Amino acid sequence: MNMFFQSELFVNLSYILASILFIFGLKMLSSPETAQRGNLISALGMLLAIIVTLMGNNIISYQWLTIALIAGAIVGASAASFVKMTTMPELVALFNGFGGIASLLVGSAEFLNITSALNAIALTAVFFTVLIGGVTFTGSLLAFGKLSEIINGKPFLYFGQRTVLTIFIVLSFILGIEIVIDSGLLGISRFYLLVSLIISALILGVLLTAPIGGADMPVIIALLNSYSGVAAAAAGFVINNNVLIVAGSLVGASGLILTNIMCKAMNRSLMNVLFGGFGAVSSSEGNKSGEIQGEVKPINASDAYLILEAANSVLFVPGYGMAVSQAQHSVRELGELLEENGCEVNYGIHPVAGRMPGHMNVLLAEANVSYDLLVEPDDVNPIMDTVDVCVVIGANDVVNPDARENEGSPIYGMPVIEADRAKTVFILKRSMASGFAGIDNPLFLKENSRMLFGDAKESISTLVSEFKS
Amino acid sequence: MDSLFIMLLFVLILAIFLGFELINKVPSTLHTPLMSGANAISGITIVGAILSSGSDSVLLTTILGTGAVFFATINVVGGYLVTNRMLGMFKKK
Repeated sequence: MNMFFQSELFVNLSYILASILFIFGLKMLSSPETAQRGNLISALGMLLAIIVTLMGNNIISYQWLTIALIAGAIVGASAASFVKMTTMPELVALFNGFGGIASLLVGSAEFLNITSALNAIALTAVFFTVLIGGVTFTGSLLAFGKLSEIINGKPFLYFGQRTVLTIFIVLSFILGIEIVIDSGLLGISRFYLLVSLIISALILGVLLTAPIGGADMPVIIALLNSYSGVAAAAAGFVINNNVLIVAGSLVGASGLILTNIMCKAMNRSLMNVLFGGFGAVSSSEGNKSGEIQGEVKPINASDAYLILEAANSVLFVPGYGMAVSQAQHSVRELGELLEENGCEVNYGIHPVAGRMPGHMNVLLAEANVSYDLLVEPDDVNPIMDTVDVCVVIGANDVVNPDARENEGSPIYGMPVIEADRAKTVFILKRSMASGFAGIDNPLFLKENSRMLFGDAKESISTLVSEFKS
Repeated sequence: MDSLFIMLLFVLILAIFLGFELINKVPSTLHTPLMSGANAISGITIVGAILSSGSDSVLLTTILGTGAVFFATINVVGGYLVTNRMLGMFKKK
């Protein structure tokens, strides 16, 4: 092989090019027109980084490497091809966890590699790589379990939660300091020092994610996404590699921004999300200041059809319930029929609707809804008075008027879609059970609200057939 | 402090600022593909994994590195493909 292509100069120049491709790729993700091309450019950067690394002259054995690459590619490609759009949050959580464990293993491998003498800085980086990688791994696996309902999605709270968490954080840092200074005071070998740190990090990931309830999943997914980037950047300090640092930092920053957007959309601080255990406690005391009055007014599909048929403006507000009942295709069909009927149709998407940032947008995109019809709360609330019918599909907390009206409510102050201000509100719901956060929703009892009980997909399909008949 | 570390730190700080600038403009419609696309980028740790797995070192390092290559490859290949699949669905009529 040509010596130049194996030289350090060529490899590093290629890493710079890969970094540029990542940056352009991310930049192009900011618009739906260029996003797909942006993703390809970013993938090209990754391919370049992988190929020059494989060609490098310090790679002496390809046997296991090739097997791992092929096996990983097969697993990744089949998961990506067969996943249903509704289970996208689970898959992203899982991939994220794999990124975390990969960084943990890289940090560990370098630490145990006696041929590479690591200085104090590299050892500190090993500590952070293993710690953050481990937290990302178990945190993501637990999030995956909760999202796929293998594990109960309710927040898991116990007495002394913060104390236990603090103990493990302190323990991890003690192990970390010993890894760096190697004082021998703990009386355990390097190997067991590392093993202890790994175990501690894995437990920390569980402790951090267990108290997070299903409705707060968008925040924790975004946060874990950020962690996986930070772990990769830390691994970059272990092996003195710029491309890891650049790519890892970009991901870390992006995850942090998303986390912040999600927190703002719920009017809560990150600390409150992480330790609040939102939804574990009943919030009945919150309603003392404003007793809910009124009664539930059910409506059947044929009456609902007559109102929709006469409407000039309809706003759909989807929530996690739409994902659960896979109603997105029927919703799109109903939307198209309404448009043919001369009605203006929009979709109001709350940033935290669903189980991950942008969850509803992906589902509606899958169902072929044009993305310019998807509007954010800030754009839809000012024109809510002109909406004839607001159809709430399996959403609850994001349309709760208590966020504006009831100071005692746990969600008071959260920016919501003000569905109750539409002339008529249809609420598609299985039963009167309260939403994930366990908060009562006075929207259901408002004068202009009508409950359309039943499975969302069936209800919408019935409306569609009414339109067609 | 060695100069290499300072150089890496310099890169880290600049990349973080760049990341904030880049992502701040992403519309909420694209939050899911952004996340899975960023997730695929975090699989860059595969570079470190390849070096651990393929270079001349102790057996344990090779084993751990090979495991890292496996997981990072799932992250990279799966992440990019699923993002591509999602973005292909975003259409304007």
